[in-house]
Amino acid sequence: MNEISIFALIFSAIRLATPLIFAALGGMFSERSGVINIALEGLMLAGAFTGAVITYEAGNPYLGLLAGMVAGAALAFVYAIACIKFQADQVVSGMAINFLMIGLPAVISGAIYDSSGSTPQIDKVYLLPEFFNRLSLASILAFALVPVCWYVLYKTPFGLRLRATGENPAAADAAGVKVIKLRYFAVVLSGVLAAAGGAYLSIGQSSLFTRNMTAGRGYIALAALILAKWRPVPVLLACLFFGLTEALTIQLGNIKLPSGENVPIQFIQIIPYVLTIIVLAGFIGLSRAPKALGVPYRKEK
Amino acid sequence: MKIIREILSPLIAVLAAFIVGGIIVWLIGDNPFNTFYLLLSNSFGSLKDVGYTLSYATPLIFTGLAVAVAFRCGLLNIGAEGQLYVAAFATAWVGIMFGGTVVNIFGKEENWSLMSLPAIILVPLCILTAIVAGGIWGMIPGILKAKFGSHEVINTIMLNFIAIALVSYLTQYYYKIPGDAILQTAEIGEAAQIPRISQFIPGMPDFVPLSIAFLIAILMCVLVYIFLWKTKWGYELRAVGENPSAAEYGGISPQKQIIIAMTISGALAGMVAIGEVLGYRHRYYDGFSAEWGFLGIAVALLGRNHPLGVFIAALFFAVLQRGEIFVDAFTPKISKDIGWVLQAIIILFVACLQMYSKTTRTKGKI
Repeated sequence: MNEISIFALIFSAIRLATPLIFAALGGMFSERSGVINIALEGLMLAGAFTGAVITYEAGNPYLGLLAGMVAGAALAFVYAIACIKFQADQVVSGMAINFLMIGLPAVISGAIYDSSGSTPQIDKVYLLPEFFNRLSLASILAFALVPVCWYVLYKTPFGLRLRATGENPAAADAAGVKVIKLRYFAVVLSGVLAAAGGAYLSIGQSSLFTRNMTAGRGYIALAALILAKWRPVPVLLACLFFGLTEALTIQLGNIKLPSGENVPIQFIQIIPYVLTIIVLAGFIGLSRAPKALGVPYRKEK
Repeated sequence: MKIIREILSPLIAVLAAFIVGGIIVWLIGDNPFNTFYLLLSNSFGSLKDVGYTLSYATPLIFTGLAVAVAFRCGLLNIGAEGQLYVAAFATAWVGIMFGGTVVNIFGKEENWSLMSLPAIILVPLCILTAIVAGGIWGMIPGILKAKFGSHEVINTIMLNFIAIALVSYLTQYYYKIPGDAILQTAEIGEAAQIPRISQFIPGMPDFVPLSIAFLIAILMCVLVYIFLWKTKWGYELRAVGENPSAAEYGGISPQKQIIIAMTISGALAGMVAIGEVLGYRHRYYDGFSAEWGFLGIAVALLGRNHPLGVFIAALFFAVLQRGEIFVDAFTPKISKDIGWVLQAIIILFVACLQMYSKTTRTKGKI
């Protein structure tokens, strides 16, 4: 492999990691507060769809990105009501959100554009800008977000309360933390970030929304979050690693072996998933989730 | 009282979903009553309609039962999709390797098989393969949970991706007919194919893909009921689901039950291959599942994790699936994806009403 293709590979890895970084950082806030976020996939789709529609209609990617984030927040709020108010099973309601976002965008785009498969193509000049050698503004934002999240999580009173809520909500409550409110906020924040990652897919990486275009990236972001043990800087590294494996599968997919067959990229594809299982089983250090993860909080009377 | 509550809450969820769905349809600018009429009225009108509806219900019964059995042990099996993929490929493999000469898609005769077995041996062997392959793929997250305490939800999601990649690799490199543009295996031998219902019922068109797999699905509903409520093993499995520490105190090993439950769950999910491979497509076909593994969660939830409930819920979702096509064709604005929207809202409402989280679930690392 020559130098040029290594550069291409790195840029491609960054591009592919970008939506994952947004979504995984979003998931980090929700999970650190004690709410599992299987819904990342659906939240990303909400951002991708709304981002594409608004960008197409208004001709402004920033407005599209913003609208996508608002849609993500709204959908995350619905998820939060189910998980926190009704104490529904978090995994099940997360799956419901994901199902909803397979169907709803298709129904809406079928009605307004007469095509349930995808939204209309957005003109290239209206997409999120790219600098240097195809480095998207969104990628720069994603990288910048990592130290911000680190600071918020470890150096602010909000971050302390968030972590305390995820570990021991009863004790946090006793110390004066508004557990319920904090969890709502954390879940909505995860919706905003995941949706931003989704919007980048439809108005940065490509130029339209297609049905189920995240193709499991929400779940992969969740895996990255687990690999990173719920910490911001390792989240960045895990997402870059996942981006790299995806970039490799794309590049190697075009190479023919001497036998005339394509390189079996499936074995590279599964590396992140196998690794996640291994880490989760505790073979590589201890993977310790926030203690109260998945447990609805009921205030003692 | 308990029975009324068990029946009432799914009904409320369905009703609420139709109200919310109706509002969405109305906001989009279409007629909700017309849409829902089309959605619900096209499933049982003719023998053909019934055939299609029941054939749509068949995989959902299997995956619904799969999720329900795991639920009863306090586990959430999101991996039915991966389990049925592995099972479908394995089943097709046995059907190819022991099925004798077949005519391929290019109209040429070809023989992939090691030996040719008669139908009386090959069909049971294929069914057994579906059960065992699905069971093994389900057992993996079971063992991981029992031995290492790692959460089955994440592991099953990861195993779904791995299963699909693995099976597409094997298909692409070893079992595809050279020159075939579609990612699918060669055809299974005739001796491995199971009969369609149309052979027994006059008036049922041949093209309706309803096979005797539907009867096997009904049989499994009965067997799962007997297993869960009439045997000691089922009792132990449910005991762990209801209260793992009490079960352990009573001498039941939660670890063992977790592995058993996930294995049975995977085996049930794998049985989707009976209808889809042996009865319908006669090959493994990439992307053959319409998210049945995930819809199984909805079916099990709506059916209150009871085999009879699963059967009814699967039938209901099959009605929606059949109706979607008519909604797509005969409403000016609503596409068939309205079915997905309704299913999603139903799950959300069932989850909210159920307060499922109040029953203890075996905890694990996420």
